[in-house]
Amino acid sequence: MIADQLVTGLLTGLIYGLMALGLSVVFGVMRIVNFAHGEMAVVAMYAAWAAFRFLGLDPLLSLLPIAGLMFCAGYLLQRGLIQPFVSRPDYMQFILLISVALILTNGALLIFGPEAHGLQVDYAFDSYEIGPLLIDKVRLLSAIAALVLTGLLLAFFRFTLTGKAIRAAADNRTGAQVIGLDIKKLYAITFGIGAACLGAAGTLMSLLVDVMPRVGPELTLLSFVIVIVGGLGSMAGALAGGVLIGVAEALAGTLLEPSLKSMFSYGLLVLILLLRPQGLLGERS
Amino acid sequence: MGPRISRRQALAGATAAAVFAPALRLSAAAPLKVGVLLPLSGSLAREGQNCKRGADISAELLASLGMPVELSIGDTESNLDTARTRAEKLIGDGAQVLVGAFDSAHTIAAAQVCEQHGVPLIVNIAAAPNITEQGFRTVFRNFPTAARLTGDGLALIKDLFKATNLSAQKAVFLHNNDTFGQAMAGAVGKLAPTLDLPFQIGETIAYDGAARDYAVEIGKAKASGADVALVVSHGEDAIKLIREMVKQRFEPKAIISPGSPGMYEAQYYHTLGKYGDYTVVNLPWINPKSPLAQKLLAAFAKQFPDAFFEMNVGFTFEAIMIAADAARRAGSTASKALLEALPSTNIAEHVMIGGPIAFDAKGQNNNIHSATIQNRNSKPVVVLPAESAEMAPVLPMPGWQNR
Amino acid sequence: MRIGLLLLLGLFLLAPLAAGPYLLSVLTVLLTFAYLGQAWNIMMGFAGLLSLGHALYVGLGAYVAAALFLFWGVPPILGVFPAMAVAALVAAGIGFLSFRFSVKGVHFTLLTIAFAEIGRLVFQHLSAFGGTGGLFLPVASRDGVDLIHLRGDPRMFYYLILAMTAGLFLACRRLLASPLGYRWQALREDPAAAESLGVPLLKVKLAATGLSAALTAAGGVFAAFFYNALFPDQWFGLGYSIEIILAPIVGGLGTLFGPILGALLLTPLGEAISSVTDALGWQSAGVKPFCYGVVLLAIVKFLPDGVWPAIRKRLP
Repeated sequence: MIADQLVTGLLTGLIYGLMALGLSVVFGVMRIVNFAHGEMAVVAMYAAWAAFRFLGLDPLLSLLPIAGLMFCAGYLLQRGLIQPFVSRPDYMQFILLISVALILTNGALLIFGPEAHGLQVDYAFDSYEIGPLLIDKVRLLSAIAALVLTGLLLAFFRFTLTGKAIRAAADNRTGAQVIGLDIKKLYAITFGIGAACLGAAGTLMSLLVDVMPRVGPELTLLSFVIVIVGGLGSMAGALAGGVLIGVAEALAGTLLEPSLKSMFSYGLLVLILLLRPQGLLGERS
Repeated sequence: MGPRISRRQALAGATAAAVFAPALRLSAAAPLKVGVLLPLSGSLAREGQNCKRGADISAELLASLGMPVELSIGDTESNLDTARTRAEKLIGDGAQVLVGAFDSAHTIAAAQVCEQHGVPLIVNIAAAPNITEQGFRTVFRNFPTAARLTGDGLALIKDLFKATNLSAQKAVFLHNNDTFGQAMAGAVGKLAPTLDLPFQIGETIAYDGAARDYAVEIGKAKASGADVALVVSHGEDAIKLIREMVKQRFEPKAIISPGSPGMYEAQYYHTLGKYGDYTVVNLPWINPKSPLAQKLLAAFAKQFPDAFFEMNVGFTFEAIMIAADAARRAGSTASKALLEALPSTNIAEHVMIGGPIAFDAKGQNNNIHSATIQNRNSKPVVVLPAESAEMAPVLPMPGWQNR
Repeated sequence: MRIGLLLLLGLFLLAPLAAGPYLLSVLTVLLTFAYLGQAWNIMMGFAGLLSLGHALYVGLGAYVAAALFLFWGVPPILGVFPAMAVAALVAAGIGFLSFRFSVKGVHFTLLTIAFAEIGRLVFQHLSAFGGTGGLFLPVASRDGVDLIHLRGDPRMFYYLILAMTAGLFLACRRLLASPLGYRWQALREDPAAAESLGVPLLKVKLAATGLSAALTAAGGVFAAFFYNALFPDQWFGLGYSIEIILAPIVGGLGTLFGPILGALLLTPLGEAISSVTDALGWQSAGVKPFCYGVVLLAIVKFLPDGVWPAIRKRLP
């Protein structure tokens, strides 16, 4: 049974990792803490649900279009609203994004209502038996998709010009401007990428979790825990953090009481904040 | 613009009215102003909307029985502060009696407001024991306490096992961690040992109703070796629990709720389809054999052809009927008169299963009985007690893959 | 300025004579948020520390006083002191840990959120305090005035919270002009410079957090005996923490009058929205917080210092 839970935690953690990646990238580059992170993921979840309900599209298929749309939305949001706040004090950014979060969550509440909207694909009840393990088919497919996308993202930042430019801007903003990089555009692209991560992760999550407006704040907090534990600004950290938290929650639930799952994560967050604020894989700034 | 009336006709009409008016005044009863407090938005919206449907069809049905009511509806927004201010507003706007509020915490908040103003509160749905233990003189509850729900629910399990010749060893008890779930869990903990149940309750798993999935919880349930699952849940968690059971191939012989919602709601059938069948809920239910219930069902089907009738609708109707009945007996709609008439309520002809509606010294109706409902072909069907049954119960449940 | 304030106070004092019970309950809620916002403001506005977990202190204050009353018969007028002490200790603890480990800015805020969530989960699992089932205070008669046990007429509660809010306002005014107040402002403006000038940063920060928490807890005690029903989800929740900070941010961070003005603007707005949605027959819970979000966004974008500083500039 423990093995089953470990596997479940691992698979879920991969999707969490993809979601947290968006947050980490945005912070690493722009030093903006996106407090509306989870709420944006919920927007993607609703989009995936709607695509399933009205167009009959399996989320695995609507994955890329939704990520693309979210990229555009993120780009515009950054360009239009967030850019002026990049150089303002921390708390102002926080409050700005809290207001965006409030608007998104309650907008969703107004449009879709408080009930859960779940989508159920035909293979929702299937599971694979691999040796002694029972693996949920939906979870496995989503985790594979998350892994592939994460790999693509890492490749983007490593090997493409834009990716390298973004990393340059993150490392040294003034220097990047000196050599002629358009910072504003790079920031907007970065936020767009963060949003696209959320789009993908949200679409995948819609397969596993029923979407409700209140899932937004929960995912925001979860992403923060992952990113802090893994290391704010470190992509590998976000991934590692996601898997770690996924597994830790599964184990905590199994060995202790299920309703104490989140307490474990918060406790971990406090420890990391106090003892190693740069996270497990981050660098001291 | 209606038909033009000449001045002579108007004068004749007025004289006629003046002559007959006293007679009219004596025979027409003034409608009772009832304030209905429900969670119509927020996390409890679905159940609240069901209750509201009960209120919507009450007015017409009660008028036809000579008990006119005028309803004003207040939305608690599933929020405690709002429950209190809305209660104040309803009373301020002239409500002579309040009905509500579905959620135990909101009900207590409303009760305090009602107690202060001397306005009766008739509780349609709320199971927390403290509601009738606070010494309120204005609160009357037409719904069983958690203890009563559980006691009835567990006793019916024995009958169920006898009726289906089922035998089992161990049960796992899964319950939601909210106000309701905890009250029920407390009651089960106290009552189960005294009732000589046909199985042992092995592991108890309290889960967070807001959790995204229950992989861990069901994993634990499966690992406990239980062959019966006792469940106390609401709508969304019930769906997630069953779905996870299917995924993890956990196939208990029976899935029984000793008295909670969830496994008979429209969304449940819609989402789970064939996997939702054969689960059992022991709950107060509408009495299919009562003539008034049949009228209520007909009115509901007419006004809400696409909606699904369930307990919330029936109890809300009964609460409003209790208020109207008190007004009729008191011969007045004033709150004070209602408060004097309510303790002597005795309504034999009503819609839920159980004896006549009557209140004890604490304002609690103890005559409500639970029935056993089993899901068959995505519909809830009364299977026990035998005198109200529509079908015979079937247990053990067929395995997930055999459906 | 002073005349304006006195006028406002006068209006508040006279309100119960004209207001019906519904309006009175709205005003009580308004004043409660003004009070809580002001208490939060001490930490943020004066010392520059953004706490998004202030509901923790409200909850602690409420539960401690309620438990003392329920289990040991301690009347709230005495119970408020241990409640404040517990909150101050917890806040000082959190403060000490974060300052010792140099947890700044964003990380500090996240820490406050984490502790509030932990508080929520702890109380959810403490069955002695009712757990998720809630802790209920027995409701006695609502007539009469019993300040010792905080049982009585809604008007008593109203005047009590009015006194608390006015008192806090005056106290903050004194504090701001005191040496501690100047140190706080130095800390907020430029911590490095302040430190180099010899301001004992740790002590000053702890004073801010402790005081803010203790005062918030007192508000929690009031609310506990007003509502008589405590639930961890509502009293420790992130949503509540966010509600608490709305008034001071909209009104004006760091100003004295800001939180009060913010509450004066937001609470009636909320009730107006509810009335409109009721009248239109929409039943949507989301409308109020949605509008709050829009207002917050507008303020942060166009009036980042809050409404009060903008008005103050225009005043003669």
